[in-house]
Amino acid sequence: MINDMSAGYIWTIIIVLGIGTYLIRFSFLGLIGGKDLPEWALRHLRYTAVAVLPGLVAPLVLWPAANGGEIEPARLSAALVTFAVGLLTRNVIAAITLGGATLFGMIWLLGAY
Amino acid sequence: MTGATQKSYYWIGFRTGLPFLLVVVPFGLLFGVVATEAGFTSIQTMAFSSVVFAGAAQFAALQLMAEDAPFLIIVATALAVNLRMAMYSASLSVWLGKAPLWKRALIAYVNVDQSYAVSINRYEDEPDLTLSQRVRFFFGAVSPVCPMWIVATGLGIWVGDTIPDWMALDFAVPICFLAIIAPMMRTLAHMISAVTSIVLALALSGLPYNLGLLVAAAVAMIVGAQVEVMMNRRKTT
Repeated sequence: MINDMSAGYIWTIIIVLGIGTYLIRFSFLGLIGGKDLPEWALRHLRYTAVAVLPGLVAPLVLWPAANGGEIEPARLSAALVTFAVGLLTRNVIAAITLGGATLFGMIWLLGAY
Repeated sequence: MTGATQKSYYWIGFRTGLPFLLVVVPFGLLFGVVATEAGFTSIQTMAFSSVVFAGAAQFAALQLMAEDAPFLIIVATALAVNLRMAMYSASLSVWLGKAPLWKRALIAYVNVDQSYAVSINRYEDEPDLTLSQRVRFFFGAVSPVCPMWIVATGLGIWVGDTIPDWMALDFAVPICFLAIIAPMMRTLAHMISAVTSIVLALALSGLPYNLGLLVAAAVAMIVGAQVEVMMNRRKTT
């Protein structure tokens, strides 16, 4: 856990991420007149979110630490329901609600706690 | 709407941004809970939400810190999550690039996925808007969402300790991410990029320093862009 990290280390991460994120947001707005990015760069930037987030989530779904890194049916089915609902409805709230309901329903059915 | 006054464009933006509270409040609440659980102090958690101001990147950084990833990997991965905002910045600059520097500096700070999306839609629907109407619409759209992101984080810190085990809070983060990712699957290129990211991240999970995710993301980004090029070529021939 993060408990054993020093406060200075945590603050450094917060500040570096804050400055970095701001520079990314300001980048092109900051250039007077707004020059256009080349098409190849825009094309790559369009895929950054779908390139990073699924890879971040996949191990959390398949190997949840709460289950000692083993596949766990309640969490796996909740993940599948969330993704399917999000895909079909394009509605973030509906996906979170039904995914959460699946998680609690399965935990209750399996008597996991 | 062409007869609307300057002032009313702020309120049109405000009403357009209002529904996003339904996403932002639970997400901010969750960040407050999870960060506190992970060992952040209240001040660190509040600072994180107000300085970085980007939910997905904050969760990504938190996750990697909990996994003891090295400093550079944490920073590189969280900033990679935010790289899409360079694209937002570029496309907003076409419409807002002539605004005074201090306004652009402020717009950059509060620009989030939702405000970007509704503003660009509006600018493209009504290309005759004046610069000042566009700026007012933008600030209107972020007004309900941005303060509430910070307030929700605070609420999360406050309720954090009272959440029982059976609520399986560990899984709130993956569920939030999945709910955000799924609607992004707009084209075949997005889907292939996402699948590449998943397969490589799992296959490379043994690499030291959590490098696997960064490699997976870089390759997935290139794959997505290449698929897009191939699909466009097919369309034109």
